[in-house]
Amino acid sequence: MSEISNNSAAAMSASPSSRYFVKEHHPENGTLLGFWMYLMSDCLIFACLFATYAVLGRNYAGGPTGAELFDLPLVAINTSLLLLSSITYGFAMLEMQKQKIKTTLIWLAVTGLLGAGFIYLELYEFIHLIHEGAGPQRSGFLTSFFALVATHGLHVSFGIVWLITLMFQINKHGLTPENGRRLMCLSMFWHFLDVVWIGVFTFVYLMGVLP
Amino acid sequence: MSAPQHQEHPSHAEKYGHQDGFDVHHHDHTADHGSLKSYTIGFVLAVILTAIPFWLVMGNVIGKSSTAGFVLLALAAVQVVVHMIYFLHMNSKSEGGWTILALIFTIMVVVIMLAGSLWVMYHLNHNMMPGMSQDLIQEAVPGSMQNMQHNMPGMK
Repeated sequence: MSEISNNSAAAMSASPSSRYFVKEHHPENGTLLGFWMYLMSDCLIFACLFATYAVLGRNYAGGPTGAELFDLPLVAINTSLLLLSSITYGFAMLEMQKQKIKTTLIWLAVTGLLGAGFIYLELYEFIHLIHEGAGPQRSGFLTSFFALVATHGLHVSFGIVWLITLMFQINKHGLTPENGRRLMCLSMFWHFLDVVWIGVFTFVYLMGVLP
Repeated sequence: MSAPQHQEHPSHAEKYGHQDGFDVHHHDHTADHGSLKSYTIGFVLAVILTAIPFWLVMGNVIGKSSTAGFVLLALAAVQVVVHMIYFLHMNSKSEGGWTILALIFTIMVVVIMLAGSLWVMYHLNHNMMPGMSQDLIQEAVPGSMQNMQHNMPGMK
């Protein structure tokens, strides 16, 4: 009798502790989760812009259409630059894991250059479009196009600024846990922008040239 | 996918966990950095999933636009999942499941917003045709939407 009550008492006291203190992992460092929340809210901004493009994307106002304007080989080069920058950032993270400062910095620099190439080609495309009279004020289609693509481009530009800042930080302070955490955040940001670009090249460019 | 990464954790912690005064353990549990293998697999899959849609459109492989559109969207969805798993290291366990929960919530909101916007705006365009009574418009063939819009500068 006493054994049973002892057992049940033990079970009563043990089960909550095992449930709340052993099994569930409580993250002491919430930075990465917080940054993920930021990315999800950023995702909503892009979703709004995608929805705007979905509604206005075929309202040409008698102006040029996507099929006439979009230069798919250029978009293909842009896409491959961004995809390559994703894997080079991955290599930088792997080098960071091995605590190799120099190779981490080299891969980060390669990533930054690929990102800069992306921005250069995008600006080239925008300037080309505006010179052709297909600026954002031309039609609903072009307004929503510039809003969506330029917002993505702006994100990539700020990503590059962040990347350069981090390179200086790592060069000065080394691969400390703080810098590791910052690199993780930028890694999520960078890969997230690549995910958004999948939506852009599919929905805006490829589907835009479909008759 | 997740099994090899979990095997790496102990060695990783042993190697770097005690080198400095800071505790890297928390950081380790919550985020997978991936491995060369997982990054390479992800990259190869992403390249294939990017090349196919460009080939489909530039080579004019699928004649019908609506079919091509659906194929493109499906490929994009698969590529997004590939990026999530291999580059963003998403899994149901990271941060105690909170990241996947936030992701599911976001996807839900995005789907409601996109589908809702398209639905509402389509019907708005449809019901605001000038020079036609409501009843006539509702009887009209939905497929003629696009052509009618092109003839009306006021709608654009």
